[in-house]
Amino acid sequence: MAVENVNVSFSVNGVQKCSSVEPRKLLVHHLRDDLGLTGTHIGCDTSQCGACTVMVNGEAVKSCTVLTVQVEGSQVLTVEGLGTMQQLHPIQKGFWEEHGLQCGFCTPGVMIAMVNLLDSNPNPTDEEIRDGLEGVICRCTGYQHIVNAVKHAAQLIAESKKLEIMPIGEGS
Amino acid sequence: MNGMVGTRTKRKEDPRFITGNGHFTDDIHLPGMTYAAMLRSPHAHARIVSIDVSEALQHPQVLAVYTGQDLLNKMKSVPTYWYVPGCNLIAKDRNPLAIDKTHYVGEGVAFVIAKDRYSARDAIELIEVIYEELPVVVNHEDAMEEGTVLVHEDVPNNIAFHWKPTSVPDEVFEQAEVVVKQRFIEQRLIPNPMETRAAVAQYNAGSGDMTLWCTSQNPHIHRNVYADVLGISEAKLRVISPDIGGGFGAKIGVYTEEALTAYAARDLNCPVKWIEDRHEHFMATNHARDEIIDVELAGQKDGTMTAIRVRNIANLGAYVSTMGAAVPTLCFGLMAPGAYDISLAGVEVIGVYTNTTPTDAYRGAGKPEAAYQIERIVDLFADSIGMDPVEVRKKNLISKEKFPYNSAMGCVYDSGNYHEALDIALQMVQYEEFLKQQEELRKKGRYLGIGFSTYVELCGLGPSKVAGATGFQGGLWENATVRVHPTGAVTVFTGTCPHGQGEETTFAQIIVDKFGVPLESIEVIYGDTQIIAQGWGTYGSRTTAVGGAALAIAADRVFAKAKKIAAHELEVSEDELNFERGVFSRKDLPESKRTFIEIAKSANMSWNLPEGMEPGLEAQAFFDPENFVFPFGTHICIVEVDVKTGTINLQRYIAVDDVGNLINPMVAEGQVHGGIAQGIGQALWESAVYNEQGQLVSGTFMDYTMPKARFLPKIETAFTQTPSPVNPLGVKGVGETGTTAAPPAVVNAVMNALQPFGIKALDMPLTPEKVWKALQKEGTKVDS
Ligand code: FES
Ligand code: FES
Repeated sequence: MAVENVNVSFSVNGVQKCSSVEPRKLLVHHLRDDLGLTGTHIGCDTSQCGACTVMVNGEAVKSCTVLTVQVEGSQVLTVEGLGTMQQLHPIQKGFWEEHGLQCGFCTPGVMIAMVNLLDSNPNPTDEEIRDGLEGVICRCTGYQHIVNAVKHAAQLIAESKKLEIMPIGEGS
Repeated sequence: MNGMVGTRTKRKEDPRFITGNGHFTDDIHLPGMTYAAMLRSPHAHARIVSIDVSEALQHPQVLAVYTGQDLLNKMKSVPTYWYVPGCNLIAKDRNPLAIDKTHYVGEGVAFVIAKDRYSARDAIELIEVIYEELPVVVNHEDAMEEGTVLVHEDVPNNIAFHWKPTSVPDEVFEQAEVVVKQRFIEQRLIPNPMETRAAVAQYNAGSGDMTLWCTSQNPHIHRNVYADVLGISEAKLRVISPDIGGGFGAKIGVYTEEALTAYAARDLNCPVKWIEDRHEHFMATNHARDEIIDVELAGQKDGTMTAIRVRNIANLGAYVSTMGAAVPTLCFGLMAPGAYDISLAGVEVIGVYTNTTPTDAYRGAGKPEAAYQIERIVDLFADSIGMDPVEVRKKNLISKEKFPYNSAMGCVYDSGNYHEALDIALQMVQYEEFLKQQEELRKKGRYLGIGFSTYVELCGLGPSKVAGATGFQGGLWENATVRVHPTGAVTVFTGTCPHGQGEETTFAQIIVDKFGVPLESIEVIYGDTQIIAQGWGTYGSRTTAVGGAALAIAADRVFAKAKKIAAHELEVSEDELNFERGVFSRKDLPESKRTFIEIAKSANMSWNLPEGMEPGLEAQAFFDPENFVFPFGTHICIVEVDVKTGTINLQRYIAVDDVGNLINPMVAEGQVHGGIAQGIGQALWESAVYNEQGQLVSGTFMDYTMPKARFLPKIETAFTQTPSPVNPLGVKGVGETGTTAAPPAVVNAVMNALQPFGIKALDMPLTPEKVWKALQKEGTKVDS
């Protein structure tokens, strides 16, 4: 209580942000409550469910277990920075095409985690995707359509690479 | 017909979720918003000696602290909603906050409002409560014994109700050729939707209008109850259920926190937000199942089943929650004979209070328990007469000629073809092949098992007169309005309230086929009591079967009017018109035509309507089904049990479901998958455990095992389609089939694998430890 705020500056989805936050404020609360980026969700606040997953410097991180002050100087990517309706990211297309979501609550975190997986393993097997989903809980889908969605995304990325175009930017 | 119904149409709702634009309750930000936090009882049963809130009130960010005493006579208790008659129900209303006594761990004791989230939590720590601990009763069978602890002093033996609608005389069992008996424990579960409960309330002191956003599967029920609890006119209380991150029954319930949030917003005249954290969800949101079920099945050596008798002792927790009395009685009891032609059935259910979190509906609500006991006892019966479980099923499944079928429990099963679903599943699994393989592998010390579940469930709740006769405090009809705008865009309003099942798309598909307008031009609106006249929400797989049916009827009314206008404009009678792909044309003069969209404009502008016709193109319909619907199917699971470690490896899972006509097979498949995941979760991992002191020891995701991706096998699904005659769409219900069918399929498979060891029955969840211990105990392999 009554601890002074500190200034934190980092980039979110390519935009530089400077904020004054309580030192104990969790990154997920800062993103959601202060920056209005409500796409990132809280499912457990104990690092179990993955709903709050965001990318920090290219690595998937659970933002409910990171203090805002820890991301000083970092690049943060949230679902809002993944793609837009005009330019969906392949993972977003995959989830839409293959029915990878139902209530959609876990989806932003799951997609970010899967982008991270595809970065390191562009052609994962079903098993590898299921292993990659270890850190997330989805209560709706039974995961099979998520696996299909990720495979679909992997294919889209591979195709776009073959055509030597960026994975983001081809429109939908 | 453009034929969009029946196609794998991509979901309309997805774009907002995949771009992070979903709008959940915690996403709501209002100017001047304050935050609430609940202090919860750490004891399962304790007298509250004193509560000192003075220090909390001194916290600079704190605006108010409420205790039970503060609320006396200011708001009413949150009541139950289903007063099942004829069972001497003693329902205890829940005080908004505990007053003299706390009855379970997690019961609310004080409610703090502060200017920010963190301060509200801080202030909770500053409240000092002195408790005097009381003896605790956790187990429901213990709770019924003479002289035990009383959860409520005026409820003898903690018995909240005793329901016995039917019985079978002892002689039937005494004279039967074969009788098998078994006790099954339906362990306690926690629904755990990924979005916890949440509420935001805003009050307008000038108009007296209250808006309450909350995670609700049935906002109109919440409005009706909270309006009464808070003393606000229904017309002044607007309940909005925005995007909901899963419900699974947990968000049907009426709870104290939502009502308190609204109370505080009015009292302080500022917006209040309350968000449950996961730890609170484990303690404070309704649990489910938790029943001790004794079953006796009578039959003949030739495999015929003749009578079933079931006694269910249900742990209600410390209160009869919203649907708490109906789940173990009506929902369970009516389905006790399952999919079998059994002429005699006796059911008895005792609802018991204990010092635990109240139990209520969870995906399937009663039907999974019913399917479990019957599907398990059928296997035990088959085993006892040395018959193949598939043969026993084939012999006793209700044959397709018998529909509509009058069950021994007084239900009329609407339609079915149970043998067909079984046959298809058997083909998919290649049963004969499997049996050979099983035999081979057993010789090598590998233990595979196959488990069957030929289930039926009751859903599509349901006729309102049944609701009334069984003590439900609401109706079970559904309401829909179809509004066609001048441009031909369509808005559909439904009284149901989906939360992830894809009805924005399935409902829009229905409209596409009716009007020939594009899917993109249709909006489906739900979850707002101010916009939707009345409705009863989403549970019991009723959304499409009842809400979709209302929608289809409303759409037909709109269409009939559009057709009249078209005939008038084209100067022929209605019979002389064709309608195809959104175009009315004269049969005799096909070039002479009007599109549905042109008619939408005509109707709304009203420049040239038939004599006496009202302007506008809109209709409302109220649909009250004449019966429930009864989805059915066969699920088959194959497991391998590692007898050295007790680990169960799921090898295959096959689901053949019949949910009537399919509107969107992709969405239906997704629902089936999700339900199976939860059903397998119950069979193998999930369990809410209390210790003797009533502490919830499985109170986090660390201790409560949720199914994760790598735990689950690939699910092989197929559908047969037997239309239901009780609604114009011919649909049944999809959402609960998997949770109903999966637990017995999995457990039967494990028991089949363990057959050589003489292990006949183990209770869920079948953890490696439990299986391993049983193997140690029963030990030696029985020669097979
Ligand atoms: S909210 Fe961060 S992992 Fe669950
Ligand atoms: S889609 Fe609902 S939790 Fe994953």
